[in-house]
Amino acid sequence: MTIKTVAELAAEGKSPEFLFWVGCAGSFDDKAKKVSRALARLLTEAGIEFAILGTEETCTGDPARRAGNEFLFQMMALQNIQVLNQYGIKKIVTACPHCFNTLRNEYPTLGGHYEVYHHSQLLNELLKQGRIRVKPDAFKGKKVTYHDPCYLGRANGEYEAPRSLIRQVFKEIEEMERHGRQALCCGAGGAQMFKESEKGRKEVNVERTEDVLRVAPDIVAVGCPFCKIMIGDGVKHFEKEDKIRVADLAEILQEALDSPSAV
Amino acid sequence: MKYLPNILFFILLSAGIGFFTFQIKKIIRYVRMGRPTDRSDRPAERWKTMALVALGQGKMVRRPLAGIMHILIYAGFFIINLEILEIILDGLLGTHRLFAPLLGEVYDFLIGSFEFLALGVLVACGVFLVRRYGGRVPRLVRSGDLKGWPSLDATIILFTEIVLMTLFLTMNAADSLLQERGAEHYVRAGAFPVSSFLHSFLQGFGENTLIFLERFCWWAHIIGVLAFLNYLPYSKHFHIILAFPNTYFSNLEPKGKLRTDENVLKEVKLMLDPSAQPEPVESGSLPSFGAKDVTDLTWKQLLDAYSCTECGRCTSECPAHLTGKLLSPRKIIMSVRDRLEELGRLRDKHGPDYKDDKTLLGHYITPEELWACTTCNACVEACPVNIDPLSVIIDLRRSLVMESSAAPAALNMMFTNIENNGAPWQFSPADRALWTTES
Ligand code: SF4
Ligand code: SF4
Repeated sequence: MTIKTVAELAAEGKSPEFLFWVGCAGSFDDKAKKVSRALARLLTEAGIEFAILGTEETCTGDPARRAGNEFLFQMMALQNIQVLNQYGIKKIVTACPHCFNTLRNEYPTLGGHYEVYHHSQLLNELLKQGRIRVKPDAFKGKKVTYHDPCYLGRANGEYEAPRSLIRQVFKEIEEMERHGRQALCCGAGGAQMFKESEKGRKEVNVERTEDVLRVAPDIVAVGCPFCKIMIGDGVKHFEKEDKIRVADLAEILQEALDSPSAV
Repeated sequence: MKYLPNILFFILLSAGIGFFTFQIKKIIRYVRMGRPTDRSDRPAERWKTMALVALGQGKMVRRPLAGIMHILIYAGFFIINLEILEIILDGLLGTHRLFAPLLGEVYDFLIGSFEFLALGVLVACGVFLVRRYGGRVPRLVRSGDLKGWPSLDATIILFTEIVLMTLFLTMNAADSLLQERGAEHYVRAGAFPVSSFLHSFLQGFGENTLIFLERFCWWAHIIGVLAFLNYLPYSKHFHIILAFPNTYFSNLEPKGKLRTDENVLKEVKLMLDPSAQPEPVESGSLPSFGAKDVTDLTWKQLLDAYSCTECGRCTSECPAHLTGKLLSPRKIIMSVRDRLEELGRLRDKHGPDYKDDKTLLGHYITPEELWACTTCNACVEACPVNIDPLSVIIDLRRSLVMESSAAPAALNMMFTNIENNGAPWQFSPADRALWTTES
């Protein structure tokens, strides 16, 4: 698919309504790239005018900040803010709760003020407005559970938008015992994604996947590229990958699209 | 000699309150050793948070059994304190049940309710002892974080409460029996729905013995209360006071937002803007990044440490702890308090600028603990008095990385990648939009 960059639009003298902030995982990780494509399709379907930064996008600095490298974080943030402000970006949507949290909460202190949406929030809004229509029976007979990402849930208090989105295509959500405020981390946050874990009894993603297995769903819905990787690995650890599918909210919605252009 | 008890009481009361004031001042002094942070905005929201979380125990009831039992003790503690007011005035004036004639039937109702509350406290303390000694609640077992003083502290608190309530009820039982027998001074006052069950044990005693028992319990109870008051500042039980200011000064920002390190910001601005003038450095003190010791933390983080109830709700939901890593957010907070007490005492002795050769980072908290954190905020969410262990972990990590360059090798690699490629992995920035054309 072709997606315009903000620079290309600027050359035409235009600016997008939404910047789609793809994030490093969404740009480079194979599992997450699928989510980026699904989200782009959905936004197109809904007729949203959006663009990406393309090669002008860089890491928000989140993993550096969580790992204690405040210098690097601030450098990245100030550079990104310069780019965003120069293009006059007002609204941002992203499928990564870490980018979402950093752009929304941490950039304002450094001079970057934007209206930032996690994709579950925007998609939910588009569903409500009827700009996206789904076949309610797309996942008939399938059991779904939802894993709250820490940076969407506890960090930003958003528990409802993803659930309301899921309920559009599934009759009900089979909750894990630890969910919502009490949801267990997938183990990736705080820069853990980029290092070996400290010594202990087990990996955090295995502990979380055990929660998933107790529910025995067909699909685990996630709203974060890192959760997708971590729980995906956990499911593989238990050799359940042909029984349990880990899918992002955007992928679920895209597969349920009620539209001729959806393939 | 007639006024001897009054004078004795006055001395006791003044000593109790005086020493308590002294201790509170000391703790305020220690908390002020922290760095400034502004928590004076949005007062309405702050009062509301305090009302919900501290007064309303909003986060306690998320665990129903412990929550309800805790509310019993808490309500008992607060409401029975109304009775303490009468006890103090009786003690000073040499009266007996001063409020009875003033309040009439209301007085009966009050005393009756206090008795039920006292019974409730006894029941709850019993349940809590079983939970603590039964070994069935992992976060309360007397090893790990709670080994030694903290678990003794918990036991002392529960036993003291049991003793105080028993004294209170025994005093009432002896009093009401004396009232029934028409003893001098013991005018009919109050209703004793609970303590009257003790009458059968006391029936055999003569009037003098009963008076002695009533007086003994009265004195032991008020002395116990004053002693307990002065025990608080040494104990996790201090939370019954600090829960209020600590929730008032809660972080009201989204939990995901980290504090901007201002010292770093100054440096970064200088780097990005060569024309900017560096601020004159204060005599001899280079700005430090992150926190190495308690004095690098904010006063709110230090207040957190004194407010901790050591309940372990944070640790029991911590993914690192649950998977056997060394990290325990409760222990992080307890370490801050221990170190602050140590440094505070040293500074009381040797002057306010005194430095010893220990620091919070290294001597109390190890890098292994810090690197296990996923910054998931489960601890912050779980804490019934809105303590923020994660903020301490991040500040200590900042010191490790920016002051000591002591990040794990893999994280240094990640930093390099971000610097060079704009992504935490080694991918070329030119490939950033490839995902759009793949399928
Ligand atoms: S934020 Fe860190 S310390 Fe707190 S619960 Fe999560 S992993 Fe544990
Ligand atoms: S920090 Fe909060 S949750 Fe943790 S032990 Fe202390 S009071 Fe309990």
